[in-house]
Amino acid sequence: MSTTAVHGLWTVAAGPVDRIPAPHIEYAQLAPTLIVVGAAVLGVLVEAFVPRKARYHTQVFLAFAALASAFAAVVALAGAGYASGKAQVAAMGALAVDGPALFLQGTILLASVVAVFTFAERHLDPKAHGNRVDSFAAQAASVPGSDSEKAAVKAGFTTTEVFPLALFAVSGMLIFPAANDLLMLFIALEVFSLPLYLLCALARRQRLMSQEAAVKYFLLGAFSSAFLLFGIALLYGYAGSVSYAAIADVVDGTVARMDPALAASTGNDALLLIGGALVLMGLLFKVGAVPFHMWTPDVYQGAPTPVTGFMAAATKVAAFGALLRLLYVVLPGLRWDWRPVMWGVAIVTMLAGAVIAVTQTDVKRLLAYSSIAHAGFILAGVIATSKQGVSSVLFYLAAYSFVTIGAFAVVTLVRDAGGEATHLSKWAGLGRRSPLTAAVFAVFLLAFAGIPLTSGFSGKFAVFAAAAEGGAAPLVVVGVISSAIAAFFYIRVIVLMFFSEPKADGPTVAVPSFLTTSTIAVGVVVTVALGVFPQYFLDLAGQASTFVR
Amino acid sequence: MSFPLLTLTAAVPAAGAILTAAVPAARRTAAKWVALLFSLATLALAVLVAVRFEPGGARYQLTESHAWIKDFGVRYELGVDGIGVALIALTALLIPFVIAAGWHDADPLETASKRWRPTQGFFALILAVEAMVVISFEATDVFLFYIFFEAMLIPMYFLIGGFGDRAHGGSDENAAAQRSYAAVKFLLYNLAGGLIMLAAVIGLYVVTGTFSLTEIADARAAGKMDMATNTERLLFLGFFFAFAVKAPLWPLHTWLPGAMGEATAPVAVLITAVVDKVGTFAMLRFCLGLFPEASKWATPVILVLALISIVYGALLAVGQRDIKRLIAYASISHFGFIIMGIFAMTSQGQSGATLYMVNHGLSTAALMLVAGFLISRRGSRLIADFGGVQKVAPVLAGTFLIGGLATLSLPGLAPFVSEFLVLVGTFSRYPVIGIIATFGIVLAALYTLVLYQRTMTGPVKEEVRSMPDLRLRELLVVTPLIVLLIGLGVYPKPLTEIVNPAVEHTMSDVKQQDPAPEVEAAK
Repeated sequence: MSTTAVHGLWTVAAGPVDRIPAPHIEYAQLAPTLIVVGAAVLGVLVEAFVPRKARYHTQVFLAFAALASAFAAVVALAGAGYASGKAQVAAMGALAVDGPALFLQGTILLASVVAVFTFAERHLDPKAHGNRVDSFAAQAASVPGSDSEKAAVKAGFTTTEVFPLALFAVSGMLIFPAANDLLMLFIALEVFSLPLYLLCALARRQRLMSQEAAVKYFLLGAFSSAFLLFGIALLYGYAGSVSYAAIADVVDGTVARMDPALAASTGNDALLLIGGALVLMGLLFKVGAVPFHMWTPDVYQGAPTPVTGFMAAATKVAAFGALLRLLYVVLPGLRWDWRPVMWGVAIVTMLAGAVIAVTQTDVKRLLAYSSIAHAGFILAGVIATSKQGVSSVLFYLAAYSFVTIGAFAVVTLVRDAGGEATHLSKWAGLGRRSPLTAAVFAVFLLAFAGIPLTSGFSGKFAVFAAAAEGGAAPLVVVGVISSAIAAFFYIRVIVLMFFSEPKADGPTVAVPSFLTTSTIAVGVVVTVALGVFPQYFLDLAGQASTFVR
Repeated sequence: MSFPLLTLTAAVPAAGAILTAAVPAARRTAAKWVALLFSLATLALAVLVAVRFEPGGARYQLTESHAWIKDFGVRYELGVDGIGVALIALTALLIPFVIAAGWHDADPLETASKRWRPTQGFFALILAVEAMVVISFEATDVFLFYIFFEAMLIPMYFLIGGFGDRAHGGSDENAAAQRSYAAVKFLLYNLAGGLIMLAAVIGLYVVTGTFSLTEIADARAAGKMDMATNTERLLFLGFFFAFAVKAPLWPLHTWLPGAMGEATAPVAVLITAVVDKVGTFAMLRFCLGLFPEASKWATPVILVLALISIVYGALLAVGQRDIKRLIAYASISHFGFIIMGIFAMTSQGQSGATLYMVNHGLSTAALMLVAGFLISRRGSRLIADFGGVQKVAPVLAGTFLIGGLATLSLPGLAPFVSEFLVLVGTFSRYPVIGIIATFGIVLAALYTLVLYQRTMTGPVKEEVRSMPDLRLRELLVVTPLIVLLIGLGVYPKPLTEIVNPAVEHTMSDVKQQDPAPEVEAAK
């Protein structure tokens, strides 16, 4: 670079600066997120100022009220037409308020409501020193097995911080599918990931395993964040902007005005391809797609089961939302570059998830691998690159999240002296002992397996039909084959529950309070309703399937 | 379209299933009566369907059509042709007998917990299967059919795995393991078939844009249907695979002997006489109806497979030591005849195949249910454990003989008519295959008569000496079946009148005509 050029930089910098414009924020359109963030902050204050005895009830009420009113805000926005005609970008182009964003935000909020119910459940564990306890550690900071832990248990402490933590996570998840620039995407990712790392470490029973899971999740999550961030940097180098619309313009070659300082790197395809691949990696990690799935079984197994259910449902919804927006808004011009890669990922994910699940002996790990296989099915819909593809993915996510939360809620009920009895051998003969619990779990398993008249079938049909119409017939065939493999291990659990003799020292089924009961009931109702009468929700997803740019 | 008769025919057993399941644990007997009443009500509705059906009328009658899942292009479309009417009647007829025959099969053991309600579950599941089978005979929308074709596996699976035959050798645990193995094998075979079909169903939708049989037929008649040859063949294979597993056709048959052997006799009847018929029915309606060209393309291979089924099933039946497995292999042989009749592409063959479905249902039900009574008396399924029963229990032996004779298609009994039609229909187009298939009849005589000889005749075995004859309930189950077998054997006209027009429609689907009789001119 010549001296004059360097000097030129100096003189420009020293010249009169334009006044920084105050950002224009559309508060009303961002209300769902703002409500949840506000409630989370309030929750932190509650921890500080409300007496210990009243904290639990205050926090539960606050979390429920925040999520419910945020959902009402989503419905109001959708009713006002933001999901279709009035879709627009808000907050200086940082966030999109459009159909997919609102649909997924609604799904996340509803799933979070029922998940928070399982967080608040206090009737499953036996009373510890006369105090009702939930699934979370008495005091997160005390070392497992230490005297301070015993003291905390004896004093009847509970970790009511989980509610504000969950709310923070939800707020990040609400932004994630709506993020319309790469920085916002990254911030949202961190906002929902950090509280989740913490929540994973908070199990009351088997605390070491729980902490191990959290560390694994954190380390691998940090790696994936780094990949994502590096990809963002490269994409910025490519387009000279982090905004989705601007990057898409450069990809399409319709850019209006190019920043002269970036002219050297702008439009460099190597940056675009590598950057795009790295960002995709970061998102596929959160989705739990092979080969970025390694964390899923360990974390799902180690985390407190209510957190696992929440994570498995809501994180997946948020991450697929972000993935859809990235692929459909930023990179549609690159379809021929990313489609083959995503084909490969989807095929490997479906097959690996289904095949590895066959050998699992722990019900939580089994559900983890099944969630990997399901991520593969959803990817098949993502790859369709059509309006049907989007709507089928939206529908699948809504259907899947309720089945998942319901299934994990049932897992919390089956207990023996050591807490939850997650080893499959202990589930033998559950159908004889508690027919209703086993029947409900069987409904969820059949939905996972995609048996007709359950939501799993409607969802599977929708994504496969979209994929077939999008010219991905081989994907459908692979999907069908891996469904057959997957059916085997779902059926195996049903066999175990209904056709095996119960063991003498088998687990008992705890009688939950109305909280977990309603979570499970909602799960069953949604599973059957979306299976028998999916039309209304398919319509909704269909109307919500256009991205704003 | 005014009164939803077809919906009602499926809804009544479905409602019965729910009500039966809701009966409190202590009121076991009430649950049985509820189930029986609902199955009889279904029978009444099925008779009404048969009466209202006009054989000379439109192809699909009593139609109903409602929007269901618009996004997938799925409609709730029902309609019956003659084949459907015959099979609905068969289903509705057999279920009360199945329920009555299984009256005590699901009584809980003394040790079971109070909340465990196997009896209610057993009868509710039977009614659930009936509802789903009926609706799949009625569906004229491919997707609607598929849903119930798949969903019926679940109650069936619980019936096989949850309520095994109490008569077995070996320990309880061993029996439970064998039973759940058989149930899982049943489910995995059929689920895999169904999922392959799902890919084909999606493919059909992508190619045609609709699931409606009538719309597809109209489009084809108007010449608007241009399916690439390869696409049609692939889709055909997807559909046929699922039906061939269900039917079952060699070499996809291996789940059937296990499932029928381990299940209780009434459930075995449910499998082979009712549920499996959906497979052969669907070959006629969907394989031939949707993919006529591909059906003709695949005919040679399918006929050979059917022939192998006939001979192989019969040969293995001869070698069986277990009564129920013997009947299962005999059924495989019979399904070979049915499939051969369907794909012979002659009107005699297809009428014969349809009659065969009905008659095989009746004859197998008679034989299997009597076998079930026999087995429950002795506590063993092994042929070698019986001997000389006809001296101790003559009525039981007599009904067993009639069931067996029906199975070997003795003239005068109903199966003879259908088997004869199938053979004639096949012979007129494929003489060599027709001739080889005839050996199946010879083998049938062998396995049936040997079975009768070894169990019923000869010196009376010690364990058999105190065997009671058929009780009133059991007689009530068997007698009507035998009356029907004889009645339809002597006078099959009511059935053929209903079936023949439907077969003509199917023949015109595949654009086939019967080969003209050739008479060599005398020189």
